Amino acid sequence: MLDTLKHPWPWYVAGTLIGLTVPYLLLVGNKTFGISSSLRHLCAACIPGDVKFFKYDWKKEAWNLFFVGGIALGAFIGATLLADPEPVQLAAPTAEYLASKGITDTSRLMPPEIFSWSNLFSLRGLVFFVIGGFMVGFGTRYAGGCTSGHAIMGLSSLQWPSLVATVMFMVGGIAMTWFILPYLLTL
Amino acid sequence: MAQNAHPSPSDLKDLQARELDAICVNESTLKHPWWYNLKYSAWGILFGIVFVKAEIISWFRIQEMFRFESFHMYGVIGTAVMVGLISVLVIKRTKARTIYGEAIHIPNKEFNKGQIYGGLMFGLGWAITGACPGPLFAQVGAGFGVVIITFLSAVAGTYAYGVVRDKLPH
Repeated sequence: MLDTLKHPWPWYVAGTLIGLTVPYLLLVGNKTFGISSSLRHLCAACIPGDVKFFKYDWKKEAWNLFFVGGIALGAFIGATLLADPEPVQLAAPTAEYLASKGITDTSRLMPPEIFSWSNLFSLRGLVFFVIGGFMVGFGTRYAGGCTSGHAIMGLSSLQWPSLVATVMFMVGGIAMTWFILPYLLTL
Repeated sequence: MAQNAHPSPSDLKDLQARELDAICVNESTLKHPWWYNLKYSAWGILFGIVFVKAEIISWFRIQEMFRFESFHMYGVIGTAVMVGLISVLVIKRTKARTIYGEAIHIPNKEFNKGQIYGGLMFGLGWAITGACPGPLFAQVGAGFGVVIITFLSAVAGTYAYGVVRDKLPH
């Protein structure tokens, strides 16, 4: 049993459990699924300043912070008690392409060639951590949601603006991967 | 919008502030002690385990997805949408209520240009960092310490949006 759990879980198990988040949150508290809002609530709680956008009673949305806290804890459990000793089984063409860019270590979920403290004060670190993270935070808030709020919750409740957002997420991701990332990976 | 009661003007103002650009704003007239929120943490823990075990938080899997070289992530998101869609349909059909008896309300998302510009910007960042906001929390929890910098940058990005919001096309 534990052995089965330690192997990578198939997409249909993961997709089903993630999809069930939608009814779970609705049924236990009338909450609509969305994760990027937690970043806003953190701003409102810690650094509201004089910004209208962050002046609201964040405690009414505290459930969202409890939820993301759980995600971090669950990830810790998944990476320790249920850790998979095998390297990531990457699709052959992806592995080949990344190897051509010097990224060969697939022993963990993130490539150490990029996501290491030693890159923090390099151009690579600036791009992959600081600029990339900034775009995720700014972009999701500007779009009014992320993969959870738009692609899953929004599409599940048939909201066409969420379809627009989801299409734009994919357009941005594909453009970055095919046209810009090849240069960024040489930094 | 609050449907459960007649909120006072100050409550309504607060709700409107929270609703700006947010899909997940919820108004409940129920007042519960803080530990009622632990049921969200419990689901979050399960969610975090799924994120790691299905390798959704992996930068590699995001590259595969955007390069169209693996079905995995499309399978995950597609299944999640199907399950969510059916669930919402059943909840609406049966007029299901929450476990506390409140009527279930799903707010409508209104279109604005942010979904185009912001969506594009997030997509670009997603392919760099290999993370949407949920996986950021999970990557840190799974022990990828330097992602704290990515996370703090995402908070900074959210803050910057709040500051310049009125000057942006919506």
